[in-house]
Amino acid sequence: MSATPISHDRSPGAAQEPASSRGAIWFDALTGNATPAQGYPTTLLVADAPFAGSEARFISVVPDANHAYPRVRKGETGVIEGWAIAQAVHEVIAADQGKTPRPIIAIVDVASQAYGRREEALGLHQSLAGAAGAYAEARLAGHPVIALLVGKAMSGAFLAHGYQANRLIALDDVGVQVHAMGKSAAARITMRSVEDLERLAATVPPMAYDISAYATLGLLWRLVEVSNAQQPGTADLAQVDTVLRDALADIQADPTRGLASRLGAENRQASARVRAKLRAQW
Amino acid sequence: MSIATQPAPATHPAAANSRSLESLASRQSIVELGARERAAALLDPGSFRELIDPFERERSPWLAAQGVVTQADDGVVVAKGTIDGQPAVVLAIEGAFQGGSMGEVGGAKIAGALELAAEDNRKGIPTRAVLLLETGGVRLQEANLGLAAIAEIHAAIVDLRRYVPVVGLIAGSVGCFGGMSIAAGLCSYLVVTREARLGLNGPAVIEQEAGIDEYDSRDRPFIWGLTGGEQRFATGLVDAYVEDDVEQVRQTVAALVNGPLPTSPKSDAWQHYLSKLAAYNPSVAIDAAGVRQLYSTPEAS
Repeated sequence: MSATPISHDRSPGAAQEPASSRGAIWFDALTGNATPAQGYPTTLLVADAPFAGSEARFISVVPDANHAYPRVRKGETGVIEGWAIAQAVHEVIAADQGKTPRPIIAIVDVASQAYGRREEALGLHQSLAGAAGAYAEARLAGHPVIALLVGKAMSGAFLAHGYQANRLIALDDVGVQVHAMGKSAAARITMRSVEDLERLAATVPPMAYDISAYATLGLLWRLVEVSNAQQPGTADLAQVDTVLRDALADIQADPTRGLASRLGAENRQASARVRAKLRAQW
Repeated sequence: MSIATQPAPATHPAAANSRSLESLASRQSIVELGARERAAALLDPGSFRELIDPFERERSPWLAAQGVVTQADDGVVVAKGTIDGQPAVVLAIEGAFQGGSMGEVGGAKIAGALELAAEDNRKGIPTRAVLLLETGGVRLQEANLGLAAIAEIHAAIVDLRRYVPVVGLIAGSVGCFGGMSIAAGLCSYLVVTREARLGLNGPAVIEQEAGIDEYDSRDRPFIWGLTGGEQRFATGLVDAYVEDDVEQVRQTVAALVNGPLPTSPKSDAWQHYLSKLAAYNPSVAIDAAGVRQLYSTPEAS
């Protein structure tokens, strides 16, 4: 018997319809309100929908206030989510063998990995490795993988869902944030005050939480301006669709399958220099 | 593949009570060695060659700006050599520097070396890789560049493990956490000692985020019970459980890294884990024994 609900009841009367998260809103918008595929937890929306003249698989993590796991009710990525993402990706890899590998689009709005005793006990690290590994394998198998950051992209959750993409795209919006740890925990671990942390973040780009500082690190392929990241209108949607298609074309024109396109920025010089030295000394 | 050579007793290692004096005298602890010595101990004698050694002064460009002392190797040792005659690269994280945290330079050393090992394999040189994981994960002073480097380490492991085994060793005593625990989960094989801990979130972070009732970071028996090497081996999340003994560790790592690839990497086992997890009711907390039972019961057909 499954303790985790695996069906999607998104009808108006459904118990505890998740407060419309950005992940759900953008999933609906980009898939044309496609009905999410069956066989996944309530927290994972998966659909194959028209994209760039063909079809793409869209995957989004969403909150469920009634989640059976207490530490995964605000959109965190827990043991079920990690393995379910792996399922959604591996199914596509298997289905497309011998065919043109379809694009996979990860819609990223992940508050964090789950912080819980059950999760650690059950091997959350292995579950998130399942997700990260699946995306990496899809990329190596020739699936164009694109991550679209529409909300928070935090730490282990982002590593599991999105960071393995060929191209990263983010909405240029204050609600879009990338970071390794929430501010209060980061302050405790580094033995600083939250104020000190914020002061440092203003001058040390990799420590900042905002997407414009993140953009200086060279990891994003594009930063997209939208008029409303929370409730995208037709123009916003068209704009994002165009950038996604451009990313697809860019991936298809790129003979490599790795992540080397992220290494060009001024603020990541050491990452490139260390690789050059290793190659020279190898 | 599952191997355990002379499983250690379940008591805390400080006791070391059941071992004879002779065996203690003949053993050399790996936990007590630093990263460079660990790497040297795994490579064939005389074959150790360090890349970007400390004399190159590849320090973190971000720590000094924050008044934090840097280290000339940024806490990561890249060593090429041979293991039982086969070409290998060993990537050793120094847990004593900044908790083994991954910054831009250290992360690039690991990712870059794994990328070159994969390139070697595509050219017909079967370079293997061993990761010595003593790390709390992302270095928070370099937050997003640490996270990016870890994503690149993940990518490189998944690429390389298609050709040769990538073996992770968590000897202790820092353990392996954060994004690097995901890297551990991507390895072809994992080797641990009783001193090892493996988990996504460090205890202090969980306590901060979820409260002391969820996770008491000072309760060592509880934490080792859930995330320690012995428990991870008993639940199948790691492949080998060894004594804190350099020679035993070396033999175990060598056999795995020069042996066959796993039928399928653990990280591909979504069907297995989802079916196991379906039998667990999360409204009830689970303890170490519960996880062993859940993960060891035969598959429901």
